Amino acid sequence: MNQSSLRTVRKLIMLALGMFGFAFALVPLYDLLCELTGLNGKTAGAYVYDPARESVDETRTVRVIFITNTNADMPWKFWSEKGGVEVHPGELHTVNFFVTNPTDKVMVGQAVPSLAPGLAVDYFHKTECFCFERQVLQPGEMMEMPMRFIVGSELPGHVASLNLSYSLFDVTDFVDLSTEDAANNPS
Amino acid sequence: MSEVVEAHAGHDDHEHHGPAKGLARWLFTTNHKDIGTLYLWFSFTMFLIGGVMALIVRAELFEPGMQFVVPEFFNQMTTNHGLIMVFGAVMPAFVGLANWLVPMMIGAPDMALPRLNNLSFWILPFAFSIMISTLFMEGGGPNFGWTFYAPLSTTYAPDSVTYFIFAVHLMGASSIMGSINIIATILNMRALGMTLMKMPLFVWTWLITAYLLIAVMPVLAGAVTMMLFDIHFGTSFFNAAGGGDPVMFQHIFWFFGHPEVYIMILPAFGIVSQIIPTFARKPLFGYDSMVYAVASIAFLSFIVWAHHMFTVGMPLAGQLFFMYATMLIAIPTGVKVFNWISTMWRGSMSFETPMLFAIAFVVLFTIGGFSGLMLAITPADYQYHDTYFVVAHFHYVLVPGAIFSIIAATYYWIPKWCGRMYDERLGKLHFWLSFIGVNVTFFPQHFSGLAGMPRRIPDYALQFADFNMLSSIGAFIFGFSQVFFLYIVIKTIRSGKPATDRVWEGAHGLEWTIPSPAPYHTFTHPPRITDAEAHS
Repeated sequence: MNQSSLRTVRKLIMLALGMFGFAFALVPLYDLLCELTGLNGKTAGAYVYDPARESVDETRTVRVIFITNTNADMPWKFWSEKGGVEVHPGELHTVNFFVTNPTDKVMVGQAVPSLAPGLAVDYFHKTECFCFERQVLQPGEMMEMPMRFIVGSELPGHVASLNLSYSLFDVTDFVDLSTEDAANNPS
Repeated sequence: MSEVVEAHAGHDDHEHHGPAKGLARWLFTTNHKDIGTLYLWFSFTMFLIGGVMALIVRAELFEPGMQFVVPEFFNQMTTNHGLIMVFGAVMPAFVGLANWLVPMMIGAPDMALPRLNNLSFWILPFAFSIMISTLFMEGGGPNFGWTFYAPLSTTYAPDSVTYFIFAVHLMGASSIMGSINIIATILNMRALGMTLMKMPLFVWTWLITAYLLIAVMPVLAGAVTMMLFDIHFGTSFFNAAGGGDPVMFQHIFWFFGHPEVYIMILPAFGIVSQIIPTFARKPLFGYDSMVYAVASIAFLSFIVWAHHMFTVGMPLAGQLFFMYATMLIAIPTGVKVFNWISTMWRGSMSFETPMLFAIAFVVLFTIGGFSGLMLAITPADYQYHDTYFVVAHFHYVLVPGAIFSIIAATYYWIPKWCGRMYDERLGKLHFWLSFIGVNVTFFPQHFSGLAGMPRRIPDYALQFADFNMLSSIGAFIFGFSQVFFLYIVIKTIRSGKPATDRVWEGAHGLEWTIPSPAPYHTFTHPPRITDAEAHS
């Protein structure tokens, strides 16, 4: 192999390695893009409620529907106290969700939210949500989990209803129970 | 002519001994022609195996209801048919053609990295043995579709999926090494006077294809590595429970997948651009625009991937972007189609078998391109998505597209490879059987798809029965006519009439200046490039 071939080969190997790295770089890039565009219905983290800043729009009513699912491998029962509520934009609301662990093992659950339509995620604010942390349930234990939210008054006019769905996953195998209990036990 | 080769007889000793004897010749060969032959036979074997799987699928779909196989096995057949045809039949066939032809077309003695070349080939039989062996394992082989979307391929995958991941890694490594070799050869080993813009279009298309491969095969390797980590090491790249996202798999897969579909068609463009001028007895119309069109298509292939996933949820701006970008591809593709037609315009055309396949390529590939444009329309795609319309579309671009071009290439260059002419009468018969078979198979699928028949199902509603029966009949005609092709090739090798050096009256290019069959070593001393042999 002559010198120029060697140079070409070196460059091409670098390109191949770079593209392999790029595949992994796509993961944070994807999350960033979803965050920027509100794609995917991924709601943001905890929102700080400031009553002075929120103006309640009494003239408008938005329906918020709650959907609770458990992942196929998750034996917990998971439900909300109401199927849906009518809210005025700007109002703070609380809805209670419940989980029970019917098994005879200590288990850890994680709820993942998804909002439809996805483009409304920027206007759906949660001040408190069980999805911000994991739940550790003893055998047979039941837990009440309040979720407090505000629908922003800037919500585009054509959105009349929002669907908030939670999928509850069994993450027992992914966490270390000894540290989880102390650090991350929701009220 | 042959004096180019013979003029330097007696220079270096190692140039003179021919191939080694027996199995060792094939195991240890570093000769580009031997390796090309290995690739082509390997590809044909995979083509038959993948074809049998397709016929199992078509036999089951001959009538509604479950007749021959259980749904689980049906899923394994559709999945493996796709994987084997894409990675085992079409891609290795093009690499085989590149091995045989690129050095002969640019006046190089061999590939730039002959030992690497041997390795890239010999990885493949292992990769595919691993993948096919999973079909006999407990729980079965891959059953999640050739696109192996997570979580079907992670959480819900059969246990054998780890073998599948390893096989994909091997295939990727083989493709990347092959591509590095092809680029290094084309960029560094051209004979003096063979400037880039004088290269035959087959060489050009392969240069660009090789870059595409190096850019996207590592991304595929990354995707399957993430799957491996999710399955075995507790990560959550594609697992929503751990903060990952299954939709991200689709984005990463299609970032690889869309350039991949052009990897399977650009070399076909090159082949057709070699064959049509020969039998139209005119130089290729618009050579420069052909090169630019291929480069544009390659570039656009990186920014259209999400048109495969319009229905997963995307903002309007995203859908519009991917729709318009996809439609933009029709422009360089249209340039190519019109250039081929203009090449034939007022040419002294004759219709030998390679030309018949090349013309069928132009016509049927264009039909596949048009159905692609229909699928690019986002609102319409909501209706077509995951139906047989999609199946009809990509089979129109892959079977009478990629496969026809490979068959055309075989008929066109086989006299050069083995010094013998194929039987023209049998070749034409093979063409007409294939042409009728392919259209009877895939044309009705447009209609069943538009009527709403979903893809990847073993059973279907009664109203699709007639179209499916027709499709199955066509599939068996097409399938068995490829066995006939095997017979024609073997007959050519064993008892074909001796071919002349030039083979075709209108052929131009360096490969036609050497004797038929091509000697084991060619262009050990670089040839002089004349205007007549520069791009035909």
